[in-house]
Amino acid sequence: MHPFDYEAPATLEDALELLAEHRDDAKLLAGGQSLVPILNYRLAKPRVVVDINDLPLAAIRVADGHLSLGALVRYHHLEESADIARHCPLLKEAAALIGNVRVRTLGTVGGSLAHADPAAELPLVLIALDARVNVRSAREHRTLTARDFFAGYLTTALAPDELITDIEVPVLGDAGYAVEEFARRAGDFALVAALAVVRVSARGRIETARLAFGGVGSTPLRVGAAEDVLVGHEPSEERLARAATVAAAALEPQDDAFASAAYRRLLAQVLSRRALARAVARALEVA
Amino acid sequence: MIVSFVLNGRARDVDVLPSETFLDVLRDRLGIFDAKEGCDEGVCGACTVLLDGRPVSSCLVLAPSVRGHRVTTVRGLERGAGLHPLQDAFVKHGAVQCGFCTPGMLLTALAFLERHPAPTRADIRTALEGNLCRCTGYAKIVDAVEAYARGDSNGG
Repeated sequence: MHPFDYEAPATLEDALELLAEHRDDAKLLAGGQSLVPILNYRLAKPRVVVDINDLPLAAIRVADGHLSLGALVRYHHLEESADIARHCPLLKEAAALIGNVRVRTLGTVGGSLAHADPAAELPLVLIALDARVNVRSAREHRTLTARDFFAGYLTTALAPDELITDIEVPVLGDAGYAVEEFARRAGDFALVAALAVVRVSARGRIETARLAFGGVGSTPLRVGAAEDVLVGHEPSEERLARAATVAAAALEPQDDAFASAAYRRLLAQVLSRRALARAVARALEVA
Repeated sequence: MIVSFVLNGRARDVDVLPSETFLDVLRDRLGIFDAKEGCDEGVCGACTVLLDGRPVSSCLVLAPSVRGHRVTTVRGLERGAGLHPLQDAFVKHGAVQCGFCTPGMLLTALAFLERHPAPTRADIRTALEGNLCRCTGYAKIVDAVEAYARGDSNGG
């Protein structure tokens, strides 16, 4: 890898000052599971690497209606935290699908969001749940919706002098949830990931539905047209299949070296039908 | 810069560049070849070491990041002059051919078994899915881990 200066600030203020000073010449190091491969392959040439692992940003807190996750919460914390399992088990299910066990040891919430791979699991969860992202610079503090945060392929709304401090994820309550994805090999990024969150009323009708996809666009995205097919109806097999068909038709995936657009569309249909079925089954268990 | 950490129970202070990976430190600075360089992008598992008891890809850990941490390589598993019982199980079940993936398999399996002492065969396969082997077809590796987890004496 190319040589660089290394800084490990002890406080958030010091980290923000370093970013303000070096801006685009600096790269933040959190878990390193996206940054270090890029450095190993010399695809990035930062002058300064700012290691933020000493900052106190690893807390998981439960507060009125949402979970607050520090940027340095690691994927294995999402898999193992009792608070996550109780209040947003969707995060636990999604985290278990990330990379391999070594990635889950070190990889962080903030790192996944800042890297913004359109097939990654956490960006998908944030888009599906309308989570919020808190960012700081030496200048100001901003709160962004997930939709505003993800600007495009590997691109976010973060300015060069900003870092993510924490995210706020709504608690799931009695909603059913499921993530389904297909990858060519274990540990690969998904070709397509589908995520469903469904609430079913005591009368057996779908009250709210969220259906989101990763790997089919430059950012993860929700398909409102498919959600509309579900709301107000009984969650019959036919109804879920119809929503999946509408979703697949609404997506505009691209061909790439790994899969054709047509194959991705087919995966989106199959995976969203499976995700909806599992989400509904879970919702009915608690309803 | 000097980085201080504990390697297989022994305190170490090593002069490193920040732009080296911990895998470089092990192999090039310390002459310890327990961890192998495969893909350099965290996919193959050949460079696995345990960082505070959890598996990491040492090719994706910058040298300064191990400061203050406890690192275990496959050499750290040995019991006195003998092998660890899981290593015995690998030998007994023919789970080693070229050996390149073996340290990573052993460390990943042991870290997993510490948290999941009574796994099914399917659990073991999932636990090892991030470690690639190009020789064995995996069956004998899973056999060995399963036998060890069952507590078969003398490695099953």
